[in-house]
Amino acid sequence: MNTTQQTTALKGGEWIIKESNASDTFIPEDFNEEQRMVLDMCHQFLQNEILPIVDRIDQLEPGLMPSLLEKAGEQGLLSTSFPEDLGGLGKDFITSTIVNEGLGGGHSFSVAVAAHTGIGTLPILYFGTTQQQQKYIPKLASGQWKGAYGLTEPNSGSDALSAKTTAILSDDGKYYLLNGQKCWITNGGFADVYTVFAKIDGDKFTAFILERGMEGFTQGPEEHKMGIKGSSTVQLYFQDCKVPVENILGEVGKGHIIAFNILNIGRLKLCAAALGGSKGATTISVQYANTREQFKLPIAKFGAIKHKLAEMAIRIWVGESALYRAAKWIDDKEHEMIEDGKPFNEALLGAAEEFAIECAMLKVFGSEVLDYVVDEGVQIHGGNGYSDEYLISKAYRDSRINRIYEGTNEINRLLTVDMVLKRAMKGKLDLMTPAMNVQKELMSIPDFGSDDEGAFAKEIKYIKNFKKAILMTAGAAVQKLMMSLDKEQEVLMNIADMAIETYHTESALLRVMKLVEKQGEDATALEIDIMRTYLYDAADKINKVGKDALNSFAEGDELRMMHIGLKRFTKVEPFNTKEARRRICNKMLTENNYCF
Amino acid sequence: MKILVCISKAPDTTAKISFKDSNTKFEEAGVQWIINPYDEWYALVKAIELKEQDTNTTIHLITVGESDCEPIIRKALALGGDEAIRINVDSNDSYYIAAQISEVAKNGNYDLVLTGKETIDYNSSSIGGMLAELLDMPYISLATRVEVEGNTAKVSREIDGGEETAEVKLPLVVSCQKGVAEQRIPNMRGIMAARTKPLKVSEPITVTALTSIVNFDLPPAKANVKLVAADNVAELARLLHEEAKVF
Ligand SMILES: Cc1cc2nc3c(=O)[nH]c(=O)nc-3n(C[C@H](O)[C@H](O)[C@H](O)COP(=O)(O)OP(=O)(O)OC[C@H]3O[C@@H](n4cnc5c(N)ncnc54)[C@H](O)[C@@H]3O)c2cc1C
Repeated sequence: MNTTQQTTALKGGEWIIKESNASDTFIPEDFNEEQRMVLDMCHQFLQNEILPIVDRIDQLEPGLMPSLLEKAGEQGLLSTSFPEDLGGLGKDFITSTIVNEGLGGGHSFSVAVAAHTGIGTLPILYFGTTQQQQKYIPKLASGQWKGAYGLTEPNSGSDALSAKTTAILSDDGKYYLLNGQKCWITNGGFADVYTVFAKIDGDKFTAFILERGMEGFTQGPEEHKMGIKGSSTVQLYFQDCKVPVENILGEVGKGHIIAFNILNIGRLKLCAAALGGSKGATTISVQYANTREQFKLPIAKFGAIKHKLAEMAIRIWVGESALYRAAKWIDDKEHEMIEDGKPFNEALLGAAEEFAIECAMLKVFGSEVLDYVVDEGVQIHGGNGYSDEYLISKAYRDSRINRIYEGTNEINRLLTVDMVLKRAMKGKLDLMTPAMNVQKELMSIPDFGSDDEGAFAKEIKYIKNFKKAILMTAGAAVQKLMMSLDKEQEVLMNIADMAIETYHTESALLRVMKLVEKQGEDATALEIDIMRTYLYDAADKINKVGKDALNSFAEGDELRMMHIGLKRFTKVEPFNTKEARRRICNKMLTENNYCF
Repeated sequence: MKILVCISKAPDTTAKISFKDSNTKFEEAGVQWIINPYDEWYALVKAIELKEQDTNTTIHLITVGESDCEPIIRKALALGGDEAIRINVDSNDSYYIAAQISEVAKNGNYDLVLTGKETIDYNSSSIGGMLAELLDMPYISLATRVEVEGNTAKVSREIDGGEETAEVKLPLVVSCQKGVAEQRIPNMRGIMAARTKPLKVSEPITVTALTSIVNFDLPPAKANVKLVAADNVAELARLLHEEAKVF
């Protein structure tokens, strides 16, 4: 990790085969003063404007959510990274990610903001003509208009391209007539502007900009949902809906490019919001554990509770390390493309596409961290956690959607592996050579030497080994299953999990190493605990899913040899995770909040 | 109009309070600093409101403190100060601090000097009064409302059982509390502008502090609560008389 100086930035997916340098890795502790102020401001905004009225928001009080979005617009929260000439603030990608994280604890409000600034606005910002941008973006940036996005249909969810909504050019050539239906449309009940996908002549998948009130365009009633009850979700109906031809967004037949590219950024942003929400839920759980007494003791004194609170913090901290590492990659790539003369929209889209693998992994990890945190949060609250009177029960219900939208976690796991393999196939990512080397290593005598000295030499080696485990398993799967690999989703899920665990663990290690460099080991003791605990558990997880994968396609000597290899690649020294978790938890108990 | 707002750092209300050097110093390690709420929510926001009424207004901020105060000064600039001065010294002595501020203020031709009614850590409530004396300006403490018309200020304050409103010619020193204004959150543009606003650092003048802190004590831990049954008034009276000694 600090052994090889990394001169050029890593490309998407390259972390699997290359080492990263801690000092080149962006970590949250690198936020500048302005970014810290922005994060603080978001928290204050939630504290003052949102959290006192979450129940009113959940009752879908008419006009309330739109007015809150307008307030957020006045605060400058809706246009952080839009160009200044379109009413935006022109900030970098890290800062806009910070805004998503900072507002992540706002329950339904967070969903409305994320949908408005993400899928509601970005298609027009990135794919609109100059006229379209000038007409819509300044008003969306200020919050005067609210945005929504209609891709999903009753029979077309994960399989988004199978949409049935059609568009036919009118006889006078001035309009497209849209017919069909969309469902699950966030902000749909009050939005002014909608990006809607339909197939021209039944086959050319195309995006259109619709406005509320267009002839033949209506919205259904609010869905009754499990959570995020304050987020408007409706169906959209098009009955010979007249959409002017100039409202085509992007190119005819190229709607999929818009649909998929917008999702990359959305996935990373969802991770940011989920981690922001996780921090809030951890804080209320810590505070509850400190005050609730049973058996004459605050429940925070019980090891079972300490374990949960520590694990919440560990997963959040690891997720955050991975999130900002990738956000900076995207930021750097975007700047590089702008310097190469690319316009802002191509630059950000190109950058996000480059790191689409990481965006998919972050989406899975972030949403699962949040689900873990709110689930254990409810548990810590006991019966009260099951009561609507306590915020944690709302957090629990609101969390669940995150594993479903922006591509379900299954789809994102499949995509992770699919994109890695496609890049390998295209020669963009040389998996072949390192995979062959791992094969050779399997045949040779294992290296027992403690060759690497220096700080975190062991952990650096463990990460290298985890990567070997991925290369061995994925390599063998490709060889064995060849063309039928895509039918073996279980194996793909296993490989995805190996990749997700490895990328996240490595990110945590790099962050710890950079912190130690900055402030010394003593000041980083708890972060080291976090990283070591996570790493220790990750080794077992990688081993388990790796075995599941291997068992499903190999046999005999070959299987035995790969089992031995996997064991070697996931072997880590014993570590007292119980004590480490206690230390991590105790710090939060004294601070009375999530404090890492 | 020219307004000077005195800004102090204060520990975040959730900070763990502890002392070091045999209880003679506040342990600052790990403490999260915020702008003293009375300075931020009332004095500074009032200045911003006055500026919104009369755009010819400039707002200067002054802080006596070391470089760890810079994030809070930047935040005050983000909220709406035009420029800031930091006197590079840390002190707990009100007279010492007031003298440093007056040194800057006396040359600044300020029409209005606003302070919070107190800081939430030392609660001494004395800077405003001392400053008024050093600057030879009138002083109104504990204001709950401040209005300015031309060169006259109308300032209200709570008095026993009611409210008193005074009319005073500027220049004037006012210490502000709840009621003067409402808390605001800096917006994105403010935060972005803060980076380029001037923040001057100057060294302190020589002044002799008049007080020093001998030691700090934490309040005693809460004793166990005694529960008295609702119908046992006699026992309650006995405890109040004999143990709590309230009568
Ligand atoms: C509250 C809410 C808000 C939403 N907001 C919007 C919005 O604003 N705009 C919009 O366009 N959409 C929105 N959606 C729709 C959302 O994106 C879809 O629900 C999601 O993509 C999943 O599609 P589906 O519901 O049809 O599930 P399905 O696609 O039917 O999936 C059902 C299950 O099958 C799995 N599955 C599907 N295909 C595969 C496969 N190939 N391999 C393995 N497993 C598979 C899925 O992972 C899932 O577990 C929203 C949904 C909800 C619930």
